[in-house]
Amino acid sequence: MEDLTSLKQEDNQEPEEAEQPWEEITAASSQDPVPGLPEPLESEQGPETGLQPGSSPPQSSQSRTSTPLNDLTGLGASSPPSFPQEPTSTPSTLALARQDLWSPWKSDKTTSVIPEARTAHSNHLEQSSDKGESAPHQKCQSEGNTFQQSQQTKHHLHEPKDASHNNSKLKELRLDIFQEEDSNSNYDLDHPEPGTSEVTPNMLEIAIQNAKAYLLKTSSKSGLNLYDHLSNMLTKILDERPENAVDIIENISQDVKMAHFSKKLDTLQNEYEMLPIYETAEKQKALFLQGNLEGADQELEDEILTDAHPIQRCRFWGKILGLEMNYIVAEVEFREGEDEEEMEEEDVTEERDNGDSEADEDDEDELPKSLYKAPQAIPKEESRTGANKYVYFVCNEPGGPWVKLPSVTPAQIVIARKIKKFFTGRLDTPIISYPPFPGNESNYLRAQIARISAGTHVSPLGFYQFGEEEGEEEEEVEGGRESFEENPDFEGIQVTDLVESLSNWVHHVQHILPQGRCNWFNPVQKNEEEEEEEDEEKEEEEKGEEPDYIGQEVGPPLLTPISEDLEIQNIPPWTTRLSSNLIPQYAIAVLRSNLWPGAYAFSNGKKFENFYIGWGHKYSPDSYTPPVPPPVYQEYPSGPEITEMDDPSVEEEQAFRAAQAAAELAAEENEETEEDEDEEDEYD
Amino acid sequence: MDAESLLLSLELASGSGQGLSPDRRASLLTSLMLVKRDYRYDRVLFWGRILGLVADYYIAQGLSEDQLAPRKTLYSLNCMEWSLLPPATDEMMVQTSVVKGRFTGDPSHEYEHTELQKVNDGEKVFEEEVVVQIKEETRLVSIIDQIDKAVSVIPRGALFKTPFGPVHVNRTFEGLSLSQAKKLSSYFHFREPVELKNKTLLEKADLDPSLDFLDSLEHDIPKGCGWTALLGADF
Repeated sequence: MEDLTSLKQEDNQEPEEAEQPWEEITAASSQDPVPGLPEPLESEQGPETGLQPGSSPPQSSQSRTSTPLNDLTGLGASSPPSFPQEPTSTPSTLALARQDLWSPWKSDKTTSVIPEARTAHSNHLEQSSDKGESAPHQKCQSEGNTFQQSQQTKHHLHEPKDASHNNSKLKELRLDIFQEEDSNSNYDLDHPEPGTSEVTPNMLEIAIQNAKAYLLKTSSKSGLNLYDHLSNMLTKILDERPENAVDIIENISQDVKMAHFSKKLDTLQNEYEMLPIYETAEKQKALFLQGNLEGADQELEDEILTDAHPIQRCRFWGKILGLEMNYIVAEVEFREGEDEEEMEEEDVTEERDNGDSEADEDDEDELPKSLYKAPQAIPKEESRTGANKYVYFVCNEPGGPWVKLPSVTPAQIVIARKIKKFFTGRLDTPIISYPPFPGNESNYLRAQIARISAGTHVSPLGFYQFGEEEGEEEEEVEGGRESFEENPDFEGIQVTDLVESLSNWVHHVQHILPQGRCNWFNPVQKNEEEEEEEDEEKEEEEKGEEPDYIGQEVGPPLLTPISEDLEIQNIPPWTTRLSSNLIPQYAIAVLRSNLWPGAYAFSNGKKFENFYIGWGHKYSPDSYTPPVPPPVYQEYPSGPEITEMDDPSVEEEQAFRAAQAAAELAAEENEETEEDEDEEDEYD
Repeated sequence: MDAESLLLSLELASGSGQGLSPDRRASLLTSLMLVKRDYRYDRVLFWGRILGLVADYYIAQGLSEDQLAPRKTLYSLNCMEWSLLPPATDEMMVQTSVVKGRFTGDPSHEYEHTELQKVNDGEKVFEEEVVVQIKEETRLVSIIDQIDKAVSVIPRGALFKTPFGPVHVNRTFEGLSLSQAKKLSSYFHFREPVELKNKTLLEKADLDPSLDFLDSLEHDIPKGCGWTALLGADF
């Protein structure tokens, strides 16, 4: 079987691109007069009834002289092993399909079939490059090879693809093809002499025709014929390439038969995919149409933010990009007196802590009291002040429902400074990080929005001014002025001035202190209050652990120019540009933050605006490294009660007991002597 | 983005917040046409923009017939005058990996980096502090190359490979269907394939050699946050 092995080698040598030639045959390739016959060439191979593996691609020739190859049928027709060529001009090509798959092919493909007349050959296709025309296909790797072989070398036949079948795969079929053509001068003439074969090809031909005719016989019941059915089935298999096709072949066959009947219902299968885009587009269309109507539907109210909530001012804050979906953020200021409910979570946790501590005291064996005092939770700022000055609403797509983001707590801001996470686009995603973030994605989003606003909301100098308040001096201690109002006398600054110097811009949002709030909150004061409430026992311990005096955290006051902003590694925090160099008289000044990439402020001198489009992260020249966990805390003071000691060894115990016994004896003796003495005394 | 479909592509990419003002677009259109004519490129792509402190770099790339051949990179500061950049070498990569921070916007700016180098002086080996000057142009070149290698993506079917080697644009490519567009496996890296040889024979058998000759995005590390396919009109 050397041929086989050499064939296989050749197979492997074939570049991968030529691996699977495959074509489709149309049943109407009527140019194939002679059906291919699978034939075992070797005498050792018995007649094979079905298609055998290793099918080779049949090819049809484009030249007029050669007959196109015909489709391969798996028939168990036995035939004499070798076939010499016939000097006739009508070639009868016999193809031996070694595989169950046999692919039909178009008649306009080039063939190259070299007659092979050797018994030793197993199935290959040999091409004859006689035509000299390789198929003008892009995938003609096969053409280049195996041509011009004058001997019965085994080659693969690769089906060049039809131009219209760019994406179909070609299957490699191996065939034994017997073809006699006058133009095929490339084959070896070592084959068995033509003399004996003159009769057999005819018979073979007839046998092939009979076989094909049998296959094409139409069933009386269903109107199908086996030939077509098999070809459809194999086409479907090659198209879909299911796993373990051999196991489900019966089901495939059934499916093909059923599909034949439901052909007229094809239109149902062409159901257009309900793109989610269409749905949102429909909703938005309703919004657009409904614009001026007063009787708004309940559902649509959510989408019109201003109608649903009592809002005084609403501003487009920006867009935060996420992994799955994006957020569109709106900054909203509610009217006076319309405050939202406050969270009462903090009170609940405090009560729980107190309850736990009381339970500890009830234990008889008092566990050593932990001196660990959790850092006191810093209460969040009131609504409408500081970091919670504005309320933010987000939606995922324009036209989607607006969701209100919860107020931000200082703890969240502090931890948000330490972690860096991408937003996914769903508000309820948990944030898994170290240090653990108290909240889910909506809280993290709100914290980042607060940080970005505090860091990058700027306005031209003079646009805002401090309001005149009487009690200003008293409040100064508390952290500076908080309120500002628009300056009615603002005249605008030249655009060029805005671009040149950063001192023309000022922050108008309060800076967030390291504590997480805008206004300093002194936790020491609260400690004193708590001590009065709790038991004396606890009081004593707490006094011992009173935190050190925490210095008041001060941030830059409101309305400081941004030229005072800190640099990062010699990079200025802001970059200014004119929007256009070509028409400077109409250009606007654009301010780009280097600290928060994506934050922009622009102004045309009189009006200004800030917004943000980005991922929601701060810029750092180095990659993000998570903070290390703190060292293990010394929970309990070490003392004899909890210090571990080795158990005494046996000798030590015995020594101890001996010593004790000795001590007792001594004591008794002392007593006796004392008694004796007493007695003596008494006697005296 | 192809110079011919520049405006349309800019609209599509504006969802991430980066855009160009109208005068820049107009100047880009004209100057890219001129570049194409002068350098005789088959396709000119507007690669993008690198922000600097003082000025921004606008980058374009020119492709020849073979799409996978090394591309020529050009940069401009005003979208009108383009200058050719030298091709990237591994040396450059190593050299510029130590520079951090933003681009300044001045192509002749030099970064200074002090390195400890061992200097062999006869028999003695002592370390010297050497100040290495790295030009911003070099850094630009290597950054562009790194970005290209990492994120340049092409959908499956847009290019095909001829048996003679060169890679061509597929004129019959109509785009990916919706279901295909969501899968990461229908996108490839637009660079010399690195991972193809590591595939098993079974996987290779499924490939279509004329279309699947590049690395797919599926196996990029880290999974899950390397690539996401977003669909919709929003972005």
